[in-house]
Amino acid sequence: MSKTNDSLTGVINLGNLDSKPSIDAKRKAKRKMYDKLFYRFCQGTIFFALVTLVVLVVHILMSGLSWISLDFFTNFTSRFAERAGIKAAIFGSLWVLFLTASFAIPLGVSAAIFLEEYAPKKLWVQWVQINIGNLAGMPSIVYGLVGLAVFVRYFNFERSLLAGSLTLTLLILPIIIISSQEAIKAVPLSLREAAYALGANKWQVVFLQVLPAALPGILTGVILSISRAIGETAPLIVIGALSFVAFTPTNIWDEFTVLPIQIYNWASKPQAEFHELAAAAIIILLVLLFAMNFLAIYLRQKYQRYKL
Amino acid sequence: MNSFKNIFIGRSIHLLLILSVSITILTTLAVIVLLGKESFEFFKEVSIISFLFGTKWSPLIAPHSFGVLPLVCGTMWIVFGAVLFAVPTGLLVAVYLSEYASDKVKSFLKPVLELLAGIPTVVYGYFALTFITPLMKWFNPEIEVFNAASGALVVGIMILPMIASLCDDAFTAVPRSIKEGGYALGANTFEVIKDILIPATKSRIGAATILAVSRAIGETMAVTLAAGATARLTADPFGSVQTMTAYIVQVTMGDAPAGGVEYLSSFAVGTLLFIMTLVMNIIGNQWIFKSRMRIV
Repeated sequence: MSKTNDSLTGVINLGNLDSKPSIDAKRKAKRKMYDKLFYRFCQGTIFFALVTLVVLVVHILMSGLSWISLDFFTNFTSRFAERAGIKAAIFGSLWVLFLTASFAIPLGVSAAIFLEEYAPKKLWVQWVQINIGNLAGMPSIVYGLVGLAVFVRYFNFERSLLAGSLTLTLLILPIIIISSQEAIKAVPLSLREAAYALGANKWQVVFLQVLPAALPGILTGVILSISRAIGETAPLIVIGALSFVAFTPTNIWDEFTVLPIQIYNWASKPQAEFHELAAAAIIILLVLLFAMNFLAIYLRQKYQRYKL
Repeated sequence: MNSFKNIFIGRSIHLLLILSVSITILTTLAVIVLLGKESFEFFKEVSIISFLFGTKWSPLIAPHSFGVLPLVCGTMWIVFGAVLFAVPTGLLVAVYLSEYASDKVKSFLKPVLELLAGIPTVVYGYFALTFITPLMKWFNPEIEVFNAASGALVVGIMILPMIASLCDDAFTAVPRSIKEGGYALGANTFEVIKDILIPATKSRIGAATILAVSRAIGETMAVTLAAGATARLTADPFGSVQTMTAYIVQVTMGDAPAGGVEYLSSFAVGTLLFIMTLVMNIIGNQWIFKSRMRIV
């Protein structure tokens, strides 16, 4: 781009045929310098962002890597840093992952199908849509307060896995709905019309044609939202998930802890050993999250036929 | 084709879908009713005036005092610092992505930004506590271990990808013809960005800023870890502060008995938080929506 621009500027300035260095030439040089400087400045910003990410990862790896061993996975947490592990947190996180996914995915995807394929073009639907947008922007800690009042106190689920997973379900539901809607929107109208032309019913068109075509996009959004739920700490602390758990949960009524809460607990202790333990747990959490993210990106790039 | 069975399936599917949408409406109702109810209980014991305008927050130690301004002050320091850092940086990142980067560079940078956005907030909190704060102390040993500046900086890093992607969306929505008009008149890339791209998208950049402020207000774990737990009205960003979110965490961790005034106070603070973020989200989304209509 910038080369053509320079030549264009040159063409415009041809009118000035003075032999002495004119004000115009000076201005031109100045403009060119600003252009260059700004480009470098943008590059520098990008470089800074990348360096931040690298520093973050390297810092955590350096503090935590030496603490990761087999014992770290098989031990429960402990008052002594050498004996502390993340068994309870890993099991808790996996339970929460599984439960939240099985609540949130069916609900979220069907809400998206309704809004895109079935909803009448009426005012109340618009309001529902705006409402979902606002829910998506609500601070996660407010979801925690809602979970505390509804699931823990009102339904009396106590501090169980069920209460935690339902709270996280509410948290990620709007995100799943919005991303699934985008994926469904991207399926071209012609596909639907072809199915109707062959005599299919509404539900056959939606569930046998549109949904399979939108599936990769939906899946990407779903994976990203689930990974958001896995990293979430504040709402679970608010509903009262424990930080000192020396057992693995066996059913949905058990008390639990998750990796982020374990990390928070260790990081808020003053001793340096516990900070390093926190870093080790962060490594495990990030490996899990990055794996999910890469899966999402891979799915999107490989299978997405329709892009909005 | 339209057998009884098919009609039955169609009807029941329709019903199920409506049910799942209604969950979202129920959530909103639950938020409003619950926060309203618990705050109402709270304001029976503490007057709303002394809550909103009181300058002393001491809910756990007698003499009790529930003036929320110190918490708001803590939150504002975080928001101010984070936005000051993240808006210019995010804007430059977006400019680079939309105007300078080749497709190859873009296909590398965008996933990296997504990755940065996907890192949990507790990890950023850890990073602030064990890296940014010691770095600051290295420059100036007077700085407290828990301080607002470190929290603000890390929240800024957190919201940067969001601002970058909102601004990038705004830039891509600018019609090519306007930019090319600028180039045809002899402007260089910097001038096109400065005089065409930014003015054309200023309302959406504003919207992105508002949404970022709302995110920073609601941010919890990073500030709880980095900024500390001292509620105070302070003009010193290098001292410990407590944000509204950090207070809610502190109370709910401490096992306050249900119905007690400490328990209720966390709902009152939560309500204030909810109203602040809701107003900003509505304004921000409205601005984006409007400007989208104008360009299309």
